[in-house]
Amino acid sequence: MSLSTGPLRRAAVLALAAVTALGMTAACSRKDDTGATGKTKLVIQTFGKPGIDQAVAAFQAAHPNIVVDHQKLGELRDFQPKLVQWLGAGKGAGDVVMLEEGVLLGYLQQPDNFANLLDYGGAGLKDSFLSWKYQRGMTSDGKKLVGLGTDVGGLAMCYRTDLLAKAGMPTDRAEVAKLWPTWEAYRASGVAFKAKNTGAAWTDSATGVVQPYAMQASDRIFFSPDNTLIADSNPSVRHTWDYANSLISDGLTAKLTTWSKDWEAGFKKAAFATMPCPAWMTGVIKANAGDEGAGKWDVATIPGGTGNWGGSYFAVPKQSKHPKEAYELAKYLTGKDGQLAVYKEVGAMPSSPQALEDPAFRDSRNDYFNNAPTGKIFADSVRTMRPVFLGAKHQEIWESVFMPQLQAVEQGKASSEEAWKAANAEARKRVG
Amino acid sequence: MRHRLSRLDTTLSPYLYVAPFFVLFAVFGLFPLLYTLWVSLHDWNLLGGHTFVGLDNYTALLDDEHFWNATGNTVGMFVLSTVPQLLLALAIANALHKRMRARTAVRLGILLPNITSVAAVGIVFSLLFANNFGLANWVLGLAGVDPVNWTAEKWSSWSAIAVMVDWRWTGWNALIYLAAMQTIPADLYEAAAIEGASAWKQFWRITVPLLRPTILFTAIIATIGGMQLFAEPLLLASGRIEGGSLRQFQTLSMYIYERAFGRDFDYGYGSAMAWVLFLLILVASLINFALVRRGAR
Repeated sequence: MSLSTGPLRRAAVLALAAVTALGMTAACSRKDDTGATGKTKLVIQTFGKPGIDQAVAAFQAAHPNIVVDHQKLGELRDFQPKLVQWLGAGKGAGDVVMLEEGVLLGYLQQPDNFANLLDYGGAGLKDSFLSWKYQRGMTSDGKKLVGLGTDVGGLAMCYRTDLLAKAGMPTDRAEVAKLWPTWEAYRASGVAFKAKNTGAAWTDSATGVVQPYAMQASDRIFFSPDNTLIADSNPSVRHTWDYANSLISDGLTAKLTTWSKDWEAGFKKAAFATMPCPAWMTGVIKANAGDEGAGKWDVATIPGGTGNWGGSYFAVPKQSKHPKEAYELAKYLTGKDGQLAVYKEVGAMPSSPQALEDPAFRDSRNDYFNNAPTGKIFADSVRTMRPVFLGAKHQEIWESVFMPQLQAVEQGKASSEEAWKAANAEARKRVG
Repeated sequence: MRHRLSRLDTTLSPYLYVAPFFVLFAVFGLFPLLYTLWVSLHDWNLLGGHTFVGLDNYTALLDDEHFWNATGNTVGMFVLSTVPQLLLALAIANALHKRMRARTAVRLGILLPNITSVAAVGIVFSLLFANNFGLANWVLGLAGVDPVNWTAEKWSSWSAIAVMVDWRWTGWNALIYLAAMQTIPADLYEAAAIEGASAWKQFWRITVPLLRPTILFTAIIATIGGMQLFAEPLLLASGRIEGGSLRQFQTLSMYIYERAFGRDFDYGYGSAMAWVLFLLILVASLINFALVRRGAR
């Protein structure tokens, strides 16, 4: 039979037209966000290892009418561009989204994409957070609360007892802390460690000390509170740069690029003896060093004693259709119980003073790290901390400008002075 | 009535039959292309608004050292990967063209790398080329060579990326060459053999000239792929869009992504770069075309 004439051919034409039309309507129809069950569905989008599984389960148990869809969207660098596109397009973003500290500061300058949590009772949460953590979630005029703080990155120094023992150094955490009361002492101990030829470096990278060092040195880093770039005029940036370079010239670093495959492998191979570790980093170390590293790591106080590195927020995008419920979810996750559940799951440190004082945190120990009293060590590091102003572009200026240039020095591709000039020129270009 | 319908049918249906391609091309090909051109003439921030700025984005490009660096890297990596890839593919195809045991299995086998996910390839190879604990440096160490910091230098990072690209695409090209070789009449070879031409001579005087249209095809496809190189260098850089501490191996696609999605969400600037990349591919394809055609005369 031929298709050239007759009803069959007409039918084919009609079918084609029908399929095309159907396809178009299907593409235009929208998915409904309340399921057949009549429950409200909340989408929460996170990056990294947020550790909120137990907290979400507890929230659902307390709110039987809400179903939470937790979407884990990879690392921050994968998640952030997607989120911007969703916010720009006006759809796609979840009801609650996780914002890294540096990212949040950028959004605070254009806060229109997010709901004002003060409208839902956010003002009453002031005492549920460390004051600077609460303040940072707010626009500079204090009229809009965008984010509720999840964790803070209290700082400590993680170290390998087996490598210190090999170099004839103390391994007990109180004794070890005496090796580095200051950053200069930390460097001197590194030189002594290197002389023992253990085959391992003193620390993973020159870039790892920068944030902790800079946070202690001043109340600002690359930007002044009016958001002017001060990278080349702020003496503490230069001090930090010189200090990191002194670790390189003394040969104390393993020259590993943070978050690279090499860096991950370095934990398993015992390639370095110490690294500054924010509370959330203990989870990363455990994951990278694996079972064979259990009991070989320990935690001591950080040189200088205080500091904060990283930490995130939960915000409710304006496009959410259930802002009230979304606020409730964010409030629960960042509240005392939610934060303690997260701490139990991945070791991220609470930003709620009530959770910090709770024995579940305060007296907690980390058995992977030789049963170290991590609750006490990390809590002590944030209690005396002065807040540091970062600025909307801090993360970009650090991660995409100064960090790669410092790595270039570490790789022997540029002198400290060349890299310093190049970094400042690039920073000016990006801000200007 | 019936008559009129049938006439409508004869005039209209041919267009309807070819319509799906044109509709899809217009929606997914032409429209994005023109829209990108439109965006590239604006200062267009995804979260902010947009204003018309004419050719400002394009003039800014000429002054952007990162753009030129990325262009140089892209072209360099393209040459470094494509030339050995096509030569190797020719050699493999020629070998597979002969009688051998388990011929079908081998022919299918060389396509396996191509159906592997690019992310898997990137992850495995970035482990092989890890600076401190990678297999490549371990093997070099056995041979007494100092370990290479693969991501630190241009030549080393480009080579590592070229190896990834070639691993994936050589087999695919070889299979295309093989298919083309099988259309060459056997009597040509028989005649040449009687005249006393060696296998080497037969390959260069018969096989290669008759494969010219196929070689042009593979060269253009490789150009398009090579100019858009993204996943392999990104994975070698552990996901960092800058591609090395001093952008040693950042490609144009990576730089477009960095500017449009990575940091300042400058869609206008990213679109301008996308258009320049489009023109680059066009020019490179035309050069390929001219070279191969001139050779054919």
